[in-house]
Amino acid sequence: MTSSGFGSTSLMTRSMAWAIICFLVLPISIVFAVSVTDRPYLSLPRDGVSLQYYGNLVTSQAWLSSILHSLIIAVASTAIAAVAGTLCAIGCWRLSNRASNIIRLVMLMPIMVPTIVYALGIYQFWIDLRLIDTYTGVIIAHAVTGIPYVVITVSTALAGFDPRLEQAALNLGASMAQTLRLVIIPNILPGVISGVIFAFIHSWDELVIVLFIAGRGVFTLPRRMWDGINEHLDPTMAAVAAVLVLITLGLLFIDIAIRARRAR
Amino acid sequence: MTAPAARPMPSLPRGLHFSATGRYWLLIMPALAMMVVFYLYPISRVLWMSVTEPQPGIDNFALLATSASIQRMLMTTARISIITTLITLVLAYVVSYVLVHSSERVQRWMFLGVLVPLWISVLVRAFAWFVLLRREGLINNTLISTGLIDTPLSLIWNETGVMIGMVHYMLPFGILPIYANMRDIDQRCIAAARGLGATRGVAFRKVFLPLSTPGVVGAGILVFIFSLGFFVTPAILGGGKTLMIAEYIKVQILEIVRWGVGTMLAATLLIVIGGLLAVLSRIVDLRKLFGAG
Repeated sequence: MTSSGFGSTSLMTRSMAWAIICFLVLPISIVFAVSVTDRPYLSLPRDGVSLQYYGNLVTSQAWLSSILHSLIIAVASTAIAAVAGTLCAIGCWRLSNRASNIIRLVMLMPIMVPTIVYALGIYQFWIDLRLIDTYTGVIIAHAVTGIPYVVITVSTALAGFDPRLEQAALNLGASMAQTLRLVIIPNILPGVISGVIFAFIHSWDELVIVLFIAGRGVFTLPRRMWDGINEHLDPTMAAVAAVLVLITLGLLFIDIAIRARRAR
Repeated sequence: MTAPAARPMPSLPRGLHFSATGRYWLLIMPALAMMVVFYLYPISRVLWMSVTEPQPGIDNFALLATSASIQRMLMTTARISIITTLITLVLAYVVSYVLVHSSERVQRWMFLGVLVPLWISVLVRAFAWFVLLRREGLINNTLISTGLIDTPLSLIWNETGVMIGMVHYMLPFGILPIYANMRDIDQRCIAAARGLGATRGVAFRKVFLPLSTPGVVGAGILVFIFSLGFFVTPAILGGGKTLMIAEYIKVQILEIVRWGVGTMLAATLLIVIGGLLAVLSRIVDLRKLFGAG
């Protein structure tokens, strides 16, 4: 008998699994093909490939300013989420009692609660505080909703960290700040970096909150893509999408490389 | 402040000093304070507004029983979410099953195929499906030029289009919990069943399938919850014709400015999801499911 128990899967099951993986991956690749079209509308290239829409993208004031807006917001909100989330995860990890378990669950709320619910609440709150259509408003909202990603990745990293190392540092006279900076953070750095990447992507890609609390003053990239798809559809959208896919792949490979190094 | 003698604390007091526990609370405070002020408080205002706007009472919630258009929209939301979840689970099960039974090298490639879409912007994914599915889109054009059909298929701005896009978005969220559960199944159980004379099919049905149920339930509720409140993909692929709750809420608030109805629907969504999570927490560890061990 070649297969003991379930050591192998049938060819049909394996083919189905790969077909599903193709369903996941292939549709995304379509944006590359459309982005080099020589036509004035969304279609595959007919008579030859053209880079005109990438040209449009790099010379368009509108797209560039949206990229800048998104970048500022993502960097600032990620920085806040990374610091707050990392400290919180460390605190919960050391306490590890009932209260800290509840806090960790609360920190997961932004992932579990639909963004639309939060968007209404923050919209109302920002009207009161006059933070509608301001960088501060969007940065705070993105930072709060980015914290869960940092808490998750840092908690995972801490699960593999020996708490006695921290105790040793404290017993040798290191202050809390020194222990954090010299012992804990370096050991969980890969987890922190993963969290940073996730929080960054979260802000960079966030649309629903922005639809409510931002206007013409803070016009992020997802907001412009949203308008592009709904109003003036041209292949520049495909060029934007293609660039975003490439950037995401780059970040993914950085993350994989970091994880691989940690695993070694 | 005196430190409770939980552990010897040999370090000299410097400036402000806290007990060991107090210091860890200090680390938690910034995130907790942000979460309370900028997250929990705004959400509680939504809940409050749902019973006070335009006047105090449960008039808004009565609409759930009386408004035909709201009921229709809720049915659409439920139908799309349930079908999306079922399709996602079946596909996720197949991928997870093959994943746990593959060599490490195959696993790496398959995982890449699962993780890449997870990381790609949701707008990019919805846009890609838009390009493929619309009337003069790539699928219709290809089918027409090869002569397989002569009128374009309606693949977009209906429930079919929304479901295709949603299953595509949800699949990684289905695969990861099911895979995590299957990985922990002791393969010797199946070997034992086979040794005792069970055929492959019987061993799968009677041993593997029941053991993998917790993962399927966890993934199912996770995907269902995400589907219920999903905005971007249904809005783009539904084109305003297939209206799900998130988009309906957005229209209520931003276009017709009916805060009462909008917040009531948001509160309803929150209550339904809270209930599902309460059920879920009895079956699986939520923190584990969402990745925070």
